[in-house]
Amino acid sequence: MARILGGISTSHIPAVGNAIANNLQDDPYWKPFFDGYPPIHAWLAEHRPDVVINIYNDHGLGFFLDQMPTFAIGAAHEYRNEDEGWGIPQLDPFPGFPELSWHIIESMVADEFDITSCQELPVDHGFVVPMQLFWPGAPHNPDMPRAIPVSANTVQHPIPTLRRALNFGRALRKAVLGWPEDIKVVVLGTGGLSHQLDGERAGFINPEFDRYCLEHIVHDPDRLTRITRMELVEKAGAQGTEFLMWMMMRGALGDNVREVTRNYHIPISNTASGTLLLECIE
Amino acid sequence: MEHPVDGPRFDHRQHIPGTTIFDGRMAMRGYALNKMCYSFNRKENREAFVADEEAYMEKYGLNEAQKQAVRERDVLAMIAAGGNIYYLAKLAGIFRLSVQDLGAMQTGMTVEEFKRKLLEAGKG
Repeated sequence: MARILGGISTSHIPAVGNAIANNLQDDPYWKPFFDGYPPIHAWLAEHRPDVVINIYNDHGLGFFLDQMPTFAIGAAHEYRNEDEGWGIPQLDPFPGFPELSWHIIESMVADEFDITSCQELPVDHGFVVPMQLFWPGAPHNPDMPRAIPVSANTVQHPIPTLRRALNFGRALRKAVLGWPEDIKVVVLGTGGLSHQLDGERAGFINPEFDRYCLEHIVHDPDRLTRITRMELVEKAGAQGTEFLMWMMMRGALGDNVREVTRNYHIPISNTASGTLLLECIE
Repeated sequence: MEHPVDGPRFDHRQHIPGTTIFDGRMAMRGYALNKMCYSFNRKENREAFVADEEAYMEKYGLNEAQKQAVRERDVLAMIAAGGNIYYLAKLAGIFRLSVQDLGAMQTGMTVEEFKRKLLEAGKG
């Protein structure tokens, strides 16, 4: 039977893609950020997952406002990292696992989650930057797992509630555990933490709120479902709503987890950056 | 105390200073502008815009407020005209503006002041 080994969350700031392309990992600005990842590399090297479910939010590459799915799941043989319009180097395609994608879609729709299935889905920095952070050289890292992208809408309100995001993850867990093959799965939640790009409040960062979220997402994620969406905008910033991806990931890990590592650093670009690795306890 | 119900009628935080909630109302207002910006995912479209901004804006049916905001590189005016930051970022890319540049423009700071503000947030 399929197993979920754990979940890893990280910010997915586009500037990180450029920093990697320019080998700035030891630059004084970047070092406190990149120092968060070696413990994650060690964990991945030890556990070698076969599949990565990458929960991210599209930023206007895969979807436009003409048709905006609240929850979309990729069901393609590969996922292309296409031009986003501002010159980030593009990576080669990431191999998919469409059979497992369809199994997840079947299971989740049966569980009353209304999924948009995507047989083509160009993926942007929200998907690829975390892959690069966790599997350096991605997609050509020899340990690169097959990928399934899951995108949630944070571009346009109404966005999903935190409760819905957590429950989505729980249904995703049920779906994965129902896959008959012995495969090892890791779930990513990418985006956040607090940041705001637009308006007179641009540059807003809220470490106190980020720490509250980081603290409770580990052992008491249900507490965070009391946060309303407008409260999330107010406290995490307009784009800090990407924390929803972390909640989706957390839901997929079951009740019992062990925190392996975390890092939190301000600022990277306009963002409070964070990463967290939680291992599932069976 | 009962925790707040998260629904459209039950949230008191509808007015967050310096923040536009990009909802259906704004999505309708900004559709043409955002659609133009979405087209900038393709290099040939970025080049066509640079070659003739007015013709390109006309082709996408921008209204006068949207056109004027683009002409003046006025990000706050673009947002007021329905622009969504994820799409506007693609327009900003054509002008080689980073998100720090955009932040400075919107807050009335210099780019250095804006960057310092971000660094200060990390020391709190």
